[in-house]
Amino acid sequence: MITATDLRLTFGEGTPLENPALRGMSLTVNQGEFVTVIGSNGAGKSTFLNALAGEVLVDSGKILVDNIDVTKLPTHKRTGRVARVFQDPLAGTCEGLSIEENLALAIKRGKRRGLGTAVKKQYLERFRSSLATLGLGLENRLTDKMGLLSGGQRQAVSLLMASLTPSSILLLDEHTAALDPKTASFVLELTQNIIAEQKLTALMVTHSMKQALEVGTRTVMLHQGEVVFDIAGKDREGLEVKDLLNLFEQQRGLTIDDDSLLLS
Amino acid sequence: MLSNIAFYGALETGLIYGLVAFGIYLSFRVLDFPDLTVDGSFPLGAAVAAMLIIAGWNPWLATGAAILAGMAAGAVTALLNVKLKILNLLASILTMIALYSINLRIMGRPNVALLMEDTVLTPWYNLGLEYHQVSVLLFTFVIGVSLFLLWRFMKSEIGLAMRATGANARMARAQGIATGGMIILGVAVSNGLVGLAGALFAQSQGAADVTMGVGVIVIGLASLIGGEAVITPTSVFRALLACVVGAIIYRLAIAFALNADALGLKAQDLNLITAVLVTLAIVLPGARVSLMNKFKRRKA
Ligand SMILES: Nc1ncnc2c1ncn2[C@@H]1O[C@H](COP(=O)(O)OP(=O)(O)O)[C@@H](O)[C@H]1O
Ligand SMILES: [Mg+2]
Repeated sequence: MITATDLRLTFGEGTPLENPALRGMSLTVNQGEFVTVIGSNGAGKSTFLNALAGEVLVDSGKILVDNIDVTKLPTHKRTGRVARVFQDPLAGTCEGLSIEENLALAIKRGKRRGLGTAVKKQYLERFRSSLATLGLGLENRLTDKMGLLSGGQRQAVSLLMASLTPSSILLLDEHTAALDPKTASFVLELTQNIIAEQKLTALMVTHSMKQALEVGTRTVMLHQGEVVFDIAGKDREGLEVKDLLNLFEQQRGLTIDDDSLLLS
Repeated sequence: MLSNIAFYGALETGLIYGLVAFGIYLSFRVLDFPDLTVDGSFPLGAAVAAMLIIAGWNPWLATGAAILAGMAAGAVTALLNVKLKILNLLASILTMIALYSINLRIMGRPNVALLMEDTVLTPWYNLGLEYHQVSVLLFTFVIGVSLFLLWRFMKSEIGLAMRATGANARMARAQGIATGGMIILGVAVSNGLVGLAGALFAQSQGAADVTMGVGVIVIGLASLIGGEAVITPTSVFRALLACVVGAIIYRLAIAFALNADALGLKAQDLNLITAVLVTLAIVLPGARVSLMNKFKRRKA
């Protein structure tokens, strides 16, 4: 469960480039909810996810994960509760390390690391069976370097790494945007399976309004660092992209001029 | 041809510089942290070991203290970078400069002789081996143990976390790794190895000198690059082996060059030759791409 209250964050405070990215963001996500997040470029979606993960610290406001205050904790102290997958397929894994070494890093997420061997024999069976669920044949390539894999394969492994150890929330920031359409739908399907199987609480940023409505249980739209609308349950059923656009106009008295948002 | 003494001498210094190359591998390669502290931590190790030996310490204990001193120096550099956000290269230069004064303070004068003192080498002379053979055998043992320990460390959970920190810090943080802590630990261990090298060097040369660190970084880099050209570092073990092989090849090559009268080279030309060799290795096509990138276009 996530409770974010009145988050404010200004980049470059006091400089000519001052940029308020979060302006009173508040959002409560209940256990097991799968929230899709939309909003035009620069709306603050990535910044919000970064704030939840600890990559940026907010100027004011409060972030609770499972009712524990994490507002001031650095990234590595939140990872026991927060797992994430980045937009850049190369960012979530280490290309110079082997597949099994990457997974061995992930299996220790949020736990103490010691001087014992990182890639332990008892992990291998688990690595193989997890990789086998991807259907990419990676279970036979444990010692291959990550850099040998394609972007889609690496993103699939990133997703697997995010779900290898239990976490309370999963953050996905346009994690299919850099993939070709076929790979993107494969990774999206994988995402849905993992979230359903592990009953994860998830926040998925997407550029596609259509996808935002098709996937997940709730849709939130951000604009200028705030939530403009938040729909779930009955209200969300049967909704189409044009309904979302109407909703935005009603809320803001504006039309959306971000082409990229309309195109997808 | 090289005389026996010149040959063993090159081998002996090569082995010592293998330790320096380990340290540079750790900072430059594993952590992607260009660290020039080594030019100060090498004489620091020498000074600490020399003064403690003169004060009557057991030479192995004195050598251990030199390792700790080197680690402390590395930790200072890393702290300047991690906590005070000073650019890594600049942080290391600051420590290196500071160490020059500190080394003078430790020794009380620019150089200290160890000729009459018991060193880690002394007990072995009684075994009927020649002077230079003793150091080669002992240093081979020391570097072998260091290689094994480093190799195991790199394969450990903490070692893997350190490798991830250098390769992809954002990913490392997302996996719960305290990247700042890893940088501090790694740069400390790196300079600990260099401190060890300095301590052994002082004992085999019979003296410690404040200027003995000049150019250590470049010689270490030359060893690293040379080694990687001979042994492609496809695994941690091969990368470590490359450090040792590179350092020995480098020293032998230098010995041959100085020995060949036709070339007319003198010992004082060594730093110039090394700088030219490293430059060539960095810019020539086919040189290791990663290092090339590091020096030509520094990442933020
Ligand atoms: N590290 C940063 N430094 C300065 N400004 C930033 C930084 N990250 C994001 N911003 C700015 O904050 C605003 C929100 O950005 P972001 O959260 O990335 O938007 P989104 O992901 O919704 O497209 C943008 O105006 C962006 O330029
Ligand atoms: Mg974004």
